[in-house]
Amino acid sequence: MKHVDEFRDPAAARRTAEAIARITTRPWTLMEICGGQTHAIVRHGVDLLLPESVSLLHGPGCPVCVTPASMIATAIAIAGRPGVIFCSFGDMLRVPSTSGSLNVAKARGADIRMVYSPLDALAIARAQPDREVVFFAIGFETTAPATAMAVLQAEREGIENFSMLVSHVLVPPAIEAILGDTANIVQGFLAAGHVCTIMGYREYEPISQRYHIPIVVTGFEALDLLQGIYLCIRQLEEGRAEVENQYSRSVRRDGNDLAQAAIARVFTVRQQNWRGIGDIQASGLGLAPAYMRYDALLRFSDIAIAPERAGECFSGEILRGLRKPDACPAFGTGCTPEHPLGATMVSPEGACAAYYRYRRPIAVAGA
Amino acid sequence: MCLAVPGQILSIDGGDKLTRQGRVAFAGLIRQTNLAYVPEAVTGDYVLVHAGFAITVIDEAEAIKTLAYLAAIEPEGFP
Repeated sequence: MKHVDEFRDPAAARRTAEAIARITTRPWTLMEICGGQTHAIVRHGVDLLLPESVSLLHGPGCPVCVTPASMIATAIAIAGRPGVIFCSFGDMLRVPSTSGSLNVAKARGADIRMVYSPLDALAIARAQPDREVVFFAIGFETTAPATAMAVLQAEREGIENFSMLVSHVLVPPAIEAILGDTANIVQGFLAAGHVCTIMGYREYEPISQRYHIPIVVTGFEALDLLQGIYLCIRQLEEGRAEVENQYSRSVRRDGNDLAQAAIARVFTVRQQNWRGIGDIQASGLGLAPAYMRYDALLRFSDIAIAPERAGECFSGEILRGLRKPDACPAFGTGCTPEHPLGATMVSPEGACAAYYRYRRPIAVAGA
Repeated sequence: MCLAVPGQILSIDGGDKLTRQGRVAFAGLIRQTNLAYVPEAVTGDYVLVHAGFAITVIDEAEAIKTLAYLAAIEPEGFP
């Protein structure tokens, strides 16, 4: 596929890794924000190509991982109501909560459907006006324009049997929460290329200046990641702290203005709870007052929201870059994707699941 | 979750500022895709698609520049 294969060229990857080794004179710790990047790094072995002195920490950019378990319990309660069709992205269905997972609820008879786009959920609502269709709106700024558009289309067509359980999260407040933590050891960030495709990277410039930290907007293929790491280390070695754009084929400084306008129209910024991390000020999106009637929490306001329970494994420390998955005593033994103890083992993009899939020592016959 | 896949627009099938859509070809798959957020996109363009929406038109010149930068990274050189 064009725009994929050429960014996976092994010879260019080796050359870039060699260039990284050549310019690195000191130990550096970088963090990639996005779970999709974590997955690509571990899958392609990008981290194994780096000099030992360069360490990659894996950030909180996995929406499935950071969606509060209480929100999943609420989703299950809504899905269990008669007449409800509950629609979700596939990744969310396996995530455990105090009430089990959406998949378990589905097996017990709830009408839960996996959709590829919020517009698929809206199409179900359009086709079945006698049913209440609820969409589980999770994701970062990349996904928010898609859910915003589903609300705007529902409004225009007067589709009233459609609502959303909203748990959207924002990247810059999470970066600031990491940098503001006294335990922080991250010296440079690879910013999430698709979030920046929507939002641009102006909002990262004051963060880079305030904390004197390089932020490189980076893509998702092996060569993108290696070039992002190269640019970040070059800034560190030269004592610079700027926002650079590695992913210029997709990201412009101002982002996608129409997508931003849709987000601004449909949503307002609010405090958000992040699973494993806790509340972060102004780090989430809720429906704006004009669109409250599409809020599933109001439509099903009799459902009590379970309190969030703290203290499940240490996925919170992994999401904040304080530990790596294989430092956990339960990794791969007491905690597996089939029986996850925490969110980072659940989602395929969670750091623990990526390590489990690609880094577990596998016994080889005769070895 | 934030996965976005490049695909090529085969046709644009109308719609307005909320519903503009087209057929987009990915490796081995063709899907109807909402194009409302990329009004500048024309047939033949490559777009990045996330959750049924094209979120950007891939800038071919910038793609070539990135590959050229990488090609210029030599163990002895310094681009």
